[in-house]
Order: sequence, then C-alpha cells, then structure tokens
Amino acid sequence: MDTQKKITLGLVGNPNCGKTTLLNKLTNSKANVGNYPRVTVAIQSRHLRYGDQEIELVDLPGIYSLTAQTPEEGIGRNYINSEAADIVVNILDASNLERSMFLSTQLLEMRRPTIFVLNMIDEARRNKIKIDTKALSSMLGGPVIEFNALQGEGRAEFLQAVEAMTNNPGQFSPVTIRYDAHLEDAIERVQALIRALHQEKMNDRQCRWLAIKLLEGDDALLRQEQDHAHLLEMVRRERYDLARDHNDSCEMLFADARYGFIHGLLSEAVQRETLPIGYRDFTRRLDAILLHRYFGIPIFVLFLWVMFETTFNLGVYPTSWIENFVAWVSASVDPLLPAGQIHDLIIDGVLAGVGGTIVFLPNIVILFFFMALFSETGYLTRAAFLMDRLMHTFGLHGKALIPLVIGFGCNVPAVMATRTIESDRSRLITILINPFMLCTARLPVFILFAGAFFQEYAGTVVFLMYMSSIVIAMGAAVLLNHLFARNDKEPFVMELPPYRIPTLRAVLIQMVDKALDFLSKISSVILVGSTVIWFLQAYPKDIVWSVNYPEQIATMEALPDSPQKATDLADLRRQQKQEALAKSYLGQIAKTVSPVFAPLDFTWKDTVAILTGFVAKEVVVASYAVIYSQDESSTEESMSLRQALGKSMSPLVAVAFMFFALLYSPCLATIATIQREAGGWKWAGFSVAFSLILAWSLSFTIIQAGHFFV
Amino acid sequence: MKKNSDNFVTLRHLSTGEIATIRQLKGDVVTKQRLMALGIIRGQKISLDIQAPLGDPRIYSIMGYRLSIRNEDADNILISQQ
Repeated sequence: MDTQKKITLGLVGNPNCGKTTLLNKLTNSKANVGNYPRVTVAIQSRHLRYGDQEIELVDLPGIYSLTAQTPEEGIGRNYINSEAADIVVNILDASNLERSMFLSTQLLEMRRPTIFVLNMIDEARRNKIKIDTKALSSMLGGPVIEFNALQGEGRAEFLQAVEAMTNNPGQFSPVTIRYDAHLEDAIERVQALIRALHQEKMNDRQCRWLAIKLLEGDDALLRQEQDHAHLLEMVRRERYDLARDHNDSCEMLFADARYGFIHGLLSEAVQRETLPIGYRDFTRRLDAILLHRYFGIPIFVLFLWVMFETTFNLGVYPTSWIENFVAWVSASVDPLLPAGQIHDLIIDGVLAGVGGTIVFLPNIVILFFFMALFSETGYLTRAAFLMDRLMHTFGLHGKALIPLVIGFGCNVPAVMATRTIESDRSRLITILINPFMLCTARLPVFILFAGAFFQEYAGTVVFLMYMSSIVIAMGAAVLLNHLFARNDKEPFVMELPPYRIPTLRAVLIQMVDKALDFLSKISSVILVGSTVIWFLQAYPKDIVWSVNYPEQIATMEALPDSPQKATDLADLRRQQKQEALAKSYLGQIAKTVSPVFAPLDFTWKDTVAILTGFVAKEVVVASYAVIYSQDESSTEESMSLRQALGKSMSPLVAVAFMFFALLYSPCLATIATIQREAGGWKWAGFSVAFSLILAWSLSFTIIQAGHFFV
Repeated sequence: MKKNSDNFVTLRHLSTGEIATIRQLKGDVVTKQRLMALGIIRGQKISLDIQAPLGDPRIYSIMGYRLSIRNEDADNILISQQ
C-alpha cells in the first residue's frame, strides 16, 4: 500500500443520524480545513492521521435518499458518482434502521466501496434492539461497524475497516438489489441502450444505476439525457407499461422493492422486543408538555425571552471588555505612529471600523450557544412544528421563525441560522427578508430620531418601528413567494428525533465555529469597507478652503487665553471639519447621488449618513454627529445633536428617513454573510437592490401621502 | 391487485391514537419519492400522535420514529382503518 496516498471518505447519512458527533469523535474535533463550495452550506472536510495514513473525511449534507430532488441530495449524489471518495461511509441510526437503510439501498446501487456504521448503538441497546452485525455485513457486502459516538466505541474497528478496505479493495463487493422479473427486464433493456449511447464514458455499474434512476422518473437525470430522444421515449414507454401491468406507478414499485429488501435483511439480522401498547418514553412524556395544545407556544415564547435576555444582558460585560480593549489598543497605538495619514487611517479607519464591529462578538457567541442547545437537544424541530401553521400563512417554513427572531439582535448570525431550513427556496426567502428585522445596530438611529422629532412619544415610535419591521418582513416574504417560481413542490415533512442531551463538546464546537466565521468576515469585508470609507471622507487633501482656516486659527491662537477664545477656536475647527467633509470625495459623491433622494426631500447631508450607513447602520448616527459639527463622541442620547437634527428636517421627512434607514441595504457584514449563505454575489446584489427599491418606494409614498394630507 | 379507492380516506382524517394502514400515495413523482424516502409506503402502519396548536401540522408515528406532516400533504396519503 502506498502510505503516502491520502484516503478520502465520504460520510453520508440521514439528518439527525448523529453524523456530526461521530465526526467530532473520529477526528478529535480538529478544526475544519477545506471548504468545498456548494449551493447552500459549504461541504466541510476534516483530516485524521491513522498510523502513516492520512485520511480525509468529507462531511456530506444529511439526506434521506439520493433522488436529487433537493440540492442536498444532488450534492451527495454527484459527489459519490464523481468517485472523489475512495470509500463511502454510510452512517445509520441504529434504532431506526428500517428507514435509515432506504438511503443504503440507493448507495448500494452506486456500487462504491461502502462501510456501514451503526451509530448511536447505545440508544438501540437501551431500546432492546439486538443487531447481528456479522449477518448484516455479509448480506450487504460491506463491513458493518457498531459505533457509540459519545464514548468513542467503535473508533478502532472503524479505522481498521478503512485500512482493510484500502489494502484490499476487491474484498468487499456491495450486494446487488434484485427487483421483480418485470422490472429487471425493463432495467436490462434500458441499460443496453444506455451502454450503446455512452460506450466510452460509463462502466456497467453506472449504466445500471442510470437505467434504474431513469425508470424511477428522476427529473435531474431525465434532463441530463434530453439529447437522447429515443432513450427518453424508451423510458417513457417502459414506465407506462410497468405502471399499466402492475396497476401502480413505477416509483412506487421501486420503493416497494427497496423496502422489501430492507425488510428481508432486518428480519434476519435484527431482533427487537415489541414495546407495550401505549408505551410512553421520555421523549413522548416531554413532548406532551412542550408541544401541548395550549402551553406549547407560551413555553416557546418563554424560551425565546430567556435567550434574548441572556444574550443581551450577559453580553454587556464581554462587550465592554472588548470596547475597552479596542480603546486601549487605539490609545497605545496612537502615540507610536507619527501624526499623518497612516496614523489617521489606522486609528480612524481600521481600528474604528473593526473595533465597532467586533463588539458584537459576545452577543453572537451567546446567541449561538442557545442555538446549539436548541438544535442539539431536538427542541428546534419542535419549535418549527409549533409555529409552522403561522409561518406557512406567509409562505415560510416553520423553521424560519428562529432566524427571524435572532434578526432582532443581529442579522449576521440570523442569516447563518437559516442553515437549519432544508428547502433551498424557503431558505433563500428567509435570508432575503431577514435584513428587514430591526437589528440592534439600527436601534441608535431610531432612538436619535424619535427623540429629536417625537420627544413625548419616543418609546411608542421605537416600538412602532419594531412592529413595522415585522409587518414589512412578512409582506416581503409574500412578495418574494410570488416572485420566485415554486419549482420544488417538496412536501413539508420533518422528522422529530428523540430528545438528546447535547455534549458540551458539540455545543462548544458550534460556538467556536460561529465565532471564527464572524472574525474571518471582520478581517475581510469590514476591514476593506471601513478603509474605503475612511479614504473617501479624508481625501482629497488639497481642498480650496472658502475661508483661510489655518491662518485664522493661527491668528486666534496667538491671542491671549480667554473662554471666548476657546469657543471661537472650537467653532472654527468644526467649520473646517464640516467643509472638509462637504468637499471630500464622500461629500462629492453624496452631492452627485443626492438627486436620487431629492423626491424624498433628503439633503446631501442625509445622503452622507445613508452612504456611510452601508458599512454598518450605527455609522448613520456617527455621521450626523460629524455633519452637524458635534463632537464625534455624540451619541443618540445627546441633546444638542437632537436639537440640530430637529431644526434640519420636518417631522414628515424624519419619518420617511426612519423607514429608509430601517429598510435600505443590509450592512456590509450582512451582505457578506448573504453572499456566503445564499450562494453567490447574485443574491447579495439582489438583496441590496430589493431593499433599496423597497426603502425608496416606501419613503416616497410617505412623503407624497404627507404632502397630500398636510 | 384490485384497488378500490372508495374505501380509503386520506391521512388527514386519522384521529389521535388511531392506527391505520397506508394504502396509496397520490401526487407527482417528487412528492411521492419524498414521502417514500421517509418510510411512507404501502402496507406500513401509521398512527397520529400530536396535533399542533392550530391542528396543522401533525406528528405521526411510523416505522418506529416520528414525523411531522402538514395536512395538505397528508391529503396525498390514502389510508384504511381497521
């Protein structure tokens, strides 16, 4: 054996089969290395050393079958078909073999070297299920390993099986599932034609597999073969004949045969005690409470409340540590750098931008602690079950609820949390409406505006903005549902796994993963974005001043000290700063763009705030502070900023601006997350365009309606 | 095999605690394949466990595990009750 060669294992199994836990146990939770690009979630792979052998484990998405009806199934199928994996590892839930093995029957048909892992064997033993793995192994034509991912039982046997299979690939040969005579005849005829058509490109196993899939009516493969009209015609006729002769549809005949095969296998290899009628295990007893007709939803709301309270209250402490740390770094770096452009870029650009975003890290980590807890225990599927009817009204999936609620905190982890939604279309809609949820970054803007224009009703106004954000998100969901063709008529079927106690390690790994995700985003998009904005507002340096500020300042500084002098000097410096902004590239761009906002009655100053807000919505407040010549330390609570703002625009324009700020473009971090999660810049671009159009239209309507009534 | 759809009702009509046998699946290839991959095939026993607060979706027991199905999808599943 060539020990230098890397062995690649492709891990396939149902959702909830404990694949991730097993992977963590096998690789001793080493960090992820490779990222394979894919449509929804990156396919991750991990490495493992066994003796001299380098083993790569590729974690394929959880699937129930290989029909390619969902993107996950397509990915799994293409991956196995590409023969990129030397060995396919089929992970099975040992207490749920009958259903789990439906996937195995399809894997067997792909005839790749396969190892079967009976995962969560401890649970099966507890349920008094006895499995004869030797018998199973000889019937399947591949090693069968009992595995307990919690204790690590089976790890050594598994690795030995991998080694044995690598050294002696011919030793195992997957069993061929035989269908009834009619089906076999049809397969043989179709296979013969395929062989003739694809002589060079396909071997025998691929021909038979394709024949079976075509007869099963596999859309993706029928499309792939559309150039071979007579093959499609033959398949159509065979399907018709079979359905007529058996008085049943072709796909049902194949499924029946597969389950028949499984049934035969399990009746020989598995013994299980029949449970007494009406037996209620721990899961059922707990579900009786958590899914109660009247108490189920209140309990869920209570859990959410606890999650938010903890996230934002507990997050305050580490957030302030980080703030202090950033301030300390900023203060220590400050004297080290000679005054000049590099100094300003580092302090005002990079450190301000990165520091302003990194403060969300604790909130994100805590939120994902709860998310990991909910999903690992199995409660998340229960929450989706409880809320599905309501979410369905808006064309959303029950599981969309959690990301939307997280969106109130921060859209970045919220978009990441949509990973739990299997349907790609439903997931995409959830991602795209998520930025409309009023996140904590936008809150300062509303607090500032509500305080400036509607002082007495400030609290109510902010609350109404929250309500509006929900209404708009739901409306957008309905709109997008009409916009995107409903191509997947995939029924809403969701397995409810038994409740499981999550391992601390699994929860920690998820938290660390999310934290690293977030940090990598900051080090790329935020870093670049804040540098660009800084350059735009700091340049050009050769401004033609309307007043000779340097000279006036110099003259004034020469005067004897007095309180009057200090105020005048500060005033002068503010004026200079304001003019510098107006004449900077950013100011110039704002003036160029401002005609677009003219129908909304926004001035070029509002435009500056909007433009800088693309980086992060908190920046809107900071920009107003600069524009209205306040100290940069002005916050949303600042009285003078409120007064300055109050004088600059009418309450009507303020309302229009608030809605614009609520809706327009996700912040850079969210855009980057959408790009990654939705699968490309196309959707990130769509999200920006869609939200801009929505924001502009709504603000325009408010202004027009206002002019009409007032 | 003789088929008499008139004796079958859809899964939606199953009451809590009752056990029925799946007889036939309706709908297009995608729907059927999806349901079959989850063990919803002819001859399987199925029972209703829990209804969501608004009566939809519902949790059923099949093949020794539990599955949540929306009522509109349950209409594609024909059953016969003993």
